[in-house]
Amino acid sequence: MFSGLMLNTWIAATVVAVIAGVTGFFAVLRGSTFAAHAIPNGAFAGAAGASLLGLNAFVGLAVFSVAGALGIAGLGRRARHDVATALTFVMMLGVGALFVSWSTEYAQEAYSLLFGEVFGVSQAEVLPIVVLGVVSIAAIIVMFRPLMLSSAMPEVAEARGVSSRRMELAFLLVMALATSMTVPVVGALLMFSLMIGPAAAARSLTARPMLAMTLSVAIALVTVWIGIALSYQSNWPLGFFVGIMGAAFFLFGQAYAAIRRRLATTTSPAATANPAA
Amino acid sequence: MGHLLRYIFEPGLFGSGPVHVAFAVGTVIAITSAVVGVFTVTRGQSFAGHSLADIATTGGAGAFLIGLNQFWGYLAFGVGAAAFMEMIGVQRRRGRDVATGVVLGAALGLAALFLYLGTQESSTTGASFTILFGSMFAITPSTVPALIASALLALVTVAVLARVLLLSSLSPDIAAARGVPVRAVGAAYLMALAVSVALSAVIIGAVLSTALLIGPAATALRVAKGPVRAMAVAAGIGVAATWLGIVLAYDSFYWPPAGRGWPVSFFVVTLIVGGYLVTYLRRRDRREAAPEALDAEQVCSPV
Repeated sequence: MFSGLMLNTWIAATVVAVIAGVTGFFAVLRGSTFAAHAIPNGAFAGAAGASLLGLNAFVGLAVFSVAGALGIAGLGRRARHDVATALTFVMMLGVGALFVSWSTEYAQEAYSLLFGEVFGVSQAEVLPIVVLGVVSIAAIIVMFRPLMLSSAMPEVAEARGVSSRRMELAFLLVMALATSMTVPVVGALLMFSLMIGPAAAARSLTARPMLAMTLSVAIALVTVWIGIALSYQSNWPLGFFVGIMGAAFFLFGQAYAAIRRRLATTTSPAATANPAA
Repeated sequence: MGHLLRYIFEPGLFGSGPVHVAFAVGTVIAITSAVVGVFTVTRGQSFAGHSLADIATTGGAGAFLIGLNQFWGYLAFGVGAAAFMEMIGVQRRRGRDVATGVVLGAALGLAALFLYLGTQESSTTGASFTILFGSMFAITPSTVPALIASALLALVTVAVLARVLLLSSLSPDIAAARGVPVRAVGAAYLMALAVSVALSAVIIGAVLSTALLIGPAATALRVAKGPVRAMAVAAGIGVAATWLGIVLAYDSFYWPPAGRGWPVSFFVVTLIVGGYLVTYLRRRDRREAAPEALDAEQVCSPV
């Protein structure tokens, strides 16, 4: 399980889990879960286009995920956010359907882009993933304060001169960047589950932002590690374990929050009056 | 003129059996999706609408594995997922997208498993593909009655609930004050959405199902005043895009580069998104004219 080839898998999956934990935390906080689903899945159409032109799949993924981020942010200016996301998403997939119908031997590759090939990570693929992971995390650290402010309290952020539109665009671009590198490795579907499940669970466990983000990364790491071990043993796809464990962590977090609320109301009624509690 | 018409409508278009079925089924789905979609967009549940499409197809794959009729798989997963979303908070504005995302994430995990187990037995990697994109020309006529029945079910549910549903979507407080059981109405609507989306996703693919649900409704809500007109306009846009898409796809059999025809989903999606963009650009002068929204006043006052 820890042999030479598997080492690449462990490294790549760990980097992906950290990226997913951090970006997912903001996606859940901002309510951009639909975008977190749309960008990786829509980017998959770009890979189809790249394979048609004989380019590296990464180029297609990068172009399409950035185009998706721009489309969502652009349309979202004067439309409902979920409508903008839905329409950008179906447009990308519609173009993807066209590309796929033009090429002949794409089905196998499509499967691996959707569901990932985490056990086939080569040495050459690990380095770009690590570099891109560091870049995305650095980008989030640089804009951490304004992003946090505009996610949690958009009005206050606007009053302090933080443009929420610009933050939205910046955040979506980071997500696009993270996505274009991780999709060939873990697959579009798994990337989504890994962004949402752990972050949602962390949010219901604590209201403190830094702690929630740390927890989100920790849960993502645990999920991926256990998932790889189970997947290695059973030969079942990693995406299955990650998806189910993400939901399980979320339900656990919800149950924990409900119990804590009940305890708070029975022991000290004053605690519930305080909105921060 | 006759020459031009023959150029647009390839000879044989109206004589082909699969094309007839595609037209009939496409029309039914376009109308149902448009009407249900007006509520979906108003309630801000586009993500749920799309997720239910993905989830239902997962159910189909699961039913196929254990040898059940796939129809029941679609329905069971769609309705089950809707119930689960409702339970963990899809109705609350803040938790809505997260609840949807968690359910979708779990369902996609199951999809990965089902497809893996499926390919163990029959090595059809094309399955992931059909699930996403579907194919309008490959509809089996035997599924048509079930489709029409479930479409009618969804339409009737929405029509019966229309008034209270709109009111509780736009202003839950007023609705509750008037004695509307807001949560129950929302749950019933979510079930109708699940049924209509599940079936359309299976037959025309998750992509097209989402496009027909959201696109025409969002466009109509930008141009039409009042819920009833919005539904009518949405249905018109949906049907027009579907018909034109089918005609173009039929024509495209002779187009470059492959000579195999371009997919229907590409044409329909492009037409729908194009239509939306036209209204989007037209409204530039009236910047904040409440995009894709109805007024609570319009709904409360007699139509």
